Amino acid sequence: MKRIFATLIVFVIALPAWAEIAIEEVTSPSGIKAWLVEDHSIPFTALELRFRGGTSLDDPDKRGAVYLMSGLIEEGAGDMDARTYARELESLAASFRYNATDDTVSISAQFLTENRDDVIDLLRTTIHEPRFDQDAVDRVRAQVLSGLMSDQTDPNDIAGRSFAQMAYGDHPYGTEGKGTIESVTALTRDDVVTAYQGVFAKDRIFVGAVGDITPEELGALLDKLLADLPETGKPIPGRADVNIPGGVSVVEFDTPQSVALFGHAGIDRDDPDFFPAYILNHILGGGGFESRLMQEVREKRGLTYGIATYLVPKDLASVYLGSVSSGNDRIADAVEVIRDEWARAATEGVTQKELDDAKTYLTGAYPLRFDGNGQIAGIMVGMQMEDLPIDYIATRNDKVNAVTLEEVNRVAAELLDPDGLHFTVVGKPVGLETTN
Amino acid sequence: MVRALALSAALMAATPLAASEGHEAVTTFTLDNGMDVVVIEDHRAPVVQHMVWYRAGSADEPVGSSGVAHFLEHLLFKGTDTLAPGEFSATVAANGGNDNAFTSYDYTAYFQRVAADRLELMMRMEADRMRNIRLSENDIVTERDVILEERNQRTDNSPRALFGEQMSASQYLNHRYGVPIIGWRHEMETLDMEDALSFYQTHYAPNNAILVVTGDVEPDEVKSLAEQYYGVIPANPDLPVRVRSQEPPQTAERRLTYKDARVSQPYVQRSYLAPERDPGEQEKAAALFLLAELLGGSTTSYLNEKLQFDQQKAVYTGAFYRGVSLDDTTFDLIVVPAAGVSLQEAEDAMDQAVADFIAEGVNEEDLDRIKMQLRAAQTYARDNVDGIGNRYGRALTSGLTVEDVQAWPDILQAVTGDEIIAAAREVLQPEASVTGWLMKDEEVTQ
Repeated sequence: MKRIFATLIVFVIALPAWAEIAIEEVTSPSGIKAWLVEDHSIPFTALELRFRGGTSLDDPDKRGAVYLMSGLIEEGAGDMDARTYARELESLAASFRYNATDDTVSISAQFLTENRDDVIDLLRTTIHEPRFDQDAVDRVRAQVLSGLMSDQTDPNDIAGRSFAQMAYGDHPYGTEGKGTIESVTALTRDDVVTAYQGVFAKDRIFVGAVGDITPEELGALLDKLLADLPETGKPIPGRADVNIPGGVSVVEFDTPQSVALFGHAGIDRDDPDFFPAYILNHILGGGGFESRLMQEVREKRGLTYGIATYLVPKDLASVYLGSVSSGNDRIADAVEVIRDEWARAATEGVTQKELDDAKTYLTGAYPLRFDGNGQIAGIMVGMQMEDLPIDYIATRNDKVNAVTLEEVNRVAAELLDPDGLHFTVVGKPVGLETTN
Repeated sequence: MVRALALSAALMAATPLAASEGHEAVTTFTLDNGMDVVVIEDHRAPVVQHMVWYRAGSADEPVGSSGVAHFLEHLLFKGTDTLAPGEFSATVAANGGNDNAFTSYDYTAYFQRVAADRLELMMRMEADRMRNIRLSENDIVTERDVILEERNQRTDNSPRALFGEQMSASQYLNHRYGVPIIGWRHEMETLDMEDALSFYQTHYAPNNAILVVTGDVEPDEVKSLAEQYYGVIPANPDLPVRVRSQEPPQTAERRLTYKDARVSQPYVQRSYLAPERDPGEQEKAAALFLLAELLGGSTTSYLNEKLQFDQQKAVYTGAFYRGVSLDDTTFDLIVVPAAGVSLQEAEDAMDQAVADFIAEGVNEEDLDRIKMQLRAAQTYARDNVDGIGNRYGRALTSGLTVEDVQAWPDILQAVTGDEIIAAAREVLQPEASVTGWLMKDEEVTQ
């Protein structure tokens, strides 16, 4: 038989003083694409399957359906009920982990070479023939509800919900992907089946594989697992209108330490200014111990154990967020320092030394991420979802190094909006009140 | 989070599968000054993790100074004779690396992950701060505020953590494991320069430390660098023997209720005083490890089958055994009741299930399945040499030897069902137990 399987591209990427990560683009006989790093040194494979859409696919009155479905997919399939299924999976010593975020549902699998065919048979049955038995729906729903109840009185969760509601309103991002106690209680088996049908489709799948598997084997595996999925899934909702007014919201909660989430609008991953913004964030609050906020809020003043900021470019909206926790009598001081640092960076920018240090760190630390088969598979899927080229890893550090001080400081002035910063504070903060 | 506290009794965390050393490239040796060295090779990527573990944790603290081991861990990121405050981490970052540290009952550990060709710089700095830290009063005052905020974040803002503190304090009548790693707040507030330096001078010495290097390194190269940087530091001849006050026979069952308005999901937890893994004598601990797996380690575990699937009285069940410990450890059970099920019903169902498990004996198929997974874990573990390094660090600071670590997988495979039941009968004694209910504030017990 003619070999219809094609290995399209092989990039051997040599980073200075770093490992070569050879990514191949593999296309299965039926046309499913995947990125592969072949490494036969340990007899197992990590496989990452990710479907774009995630919990944002929920209808407004079915919030939590995708999340519940992602918890039920391992609760029985084919002729196996939940208990039989669990025994089967354990006896193969494989692991399938499922995760549902705002934008994706992912399956992270790892399996030994010695019983790979059996594992893939089981994973195929899992993906194609989940049972969603009523007793499993009820049992897993009770687990989700238990978690939601705990979240009700967790200051971090309270802050996250409050901030998202304000920022995204009626968009799916405005409510918790896990759903609410009310919405999850009302979900039916039919809702779970509908969610399943919306998520798993070929028009939205991204695949990464790392380990003891050849391109030919991976191609056959992909067709077995995925070729029979429907062509299209549920339409993905439109972008969110981000509405974050400057000011403070206090959510009263009786606990000794206030938790604050703060932020304003952010920057998209494909924006030409993303790299300058990324470096700016590293200097301001993203860079662990060396960041300005860590130095000012923790090291100099001892106002917190931890403070961090992060660019959050999601598929349907981008925000710039940070978090900090301080005793109720000290959180107002922390907020003031953060606002001051935001303003200082916006008006004065950063220094050449800060930029140089950030570049040294970011370029040096980048290869440390590629430290295990599962991590590399996940990174490769993320690259594909962001539409990055297959040689991105080799060029990424050049992009960091190409950023100039002028660019960072222009982006600082454009992006950072000290007056537009909103703080959602959960606790009993002294000296802070809800504005507006 | 940097300079993090290792909460060793994190009951809600998944119990990791133990892996073995079957194909791991492990080399061990000891420097002339008594510093142990463990090297684990993985040449797939030119990255190295450099760690120094001290045989000193919160259970080695003087009475009245709870939290000082962890406080000192924070202070080691301040200056030395040759490094300005913060310069250690800044230097690691400037070399594209990450660094951190953690404290537990039996150890304090410091580590950096960095390009393999920077190993020498890491050793030079880590060896420097083993003997040469220089602290200012301002460092003390500011960093004490930081650890108090850390306690706020980890413990005082979390009813589960506060409940856990009360459980441990009730479990240990005489041993220091009853005191939280981060410290009691009223004692943390009094920690000063003298407390920190005294702990440092007593415990931080090469003959009380273990160097663990994992990644793209050659053992010979590590040895010559270790001799150059750590080998020249004199051993502390006055290093105290780790003698801790031990538990008396425990003769009274204890119960507690912890009520907090911030609790939305009540649960019941039971802990039993249990023997730990001892050098050359790990068989009983292996049986307890497998007991925890069989009772509450997975979807198919006994408590799950009975309480979740059959009786539908729980939304979560778990069993935990932390065998790596210098002194007596605990075996823990936890049941999160389903809606409408009281804590008393949940506790009764848990006790009945454990009694039935012991009466029925171990299902050999279940045991075989767990042993198969443990063998597979040896393969998966090779993908994470840093994890293997951590396993050696924890073991060697908890009284075990390299030989014990390497023997453990085979000991697990040799455990029989009868030995597991015998261990259960011996350890799951009400007199040595604490039963705790985490409750909503408004809930009444009757």
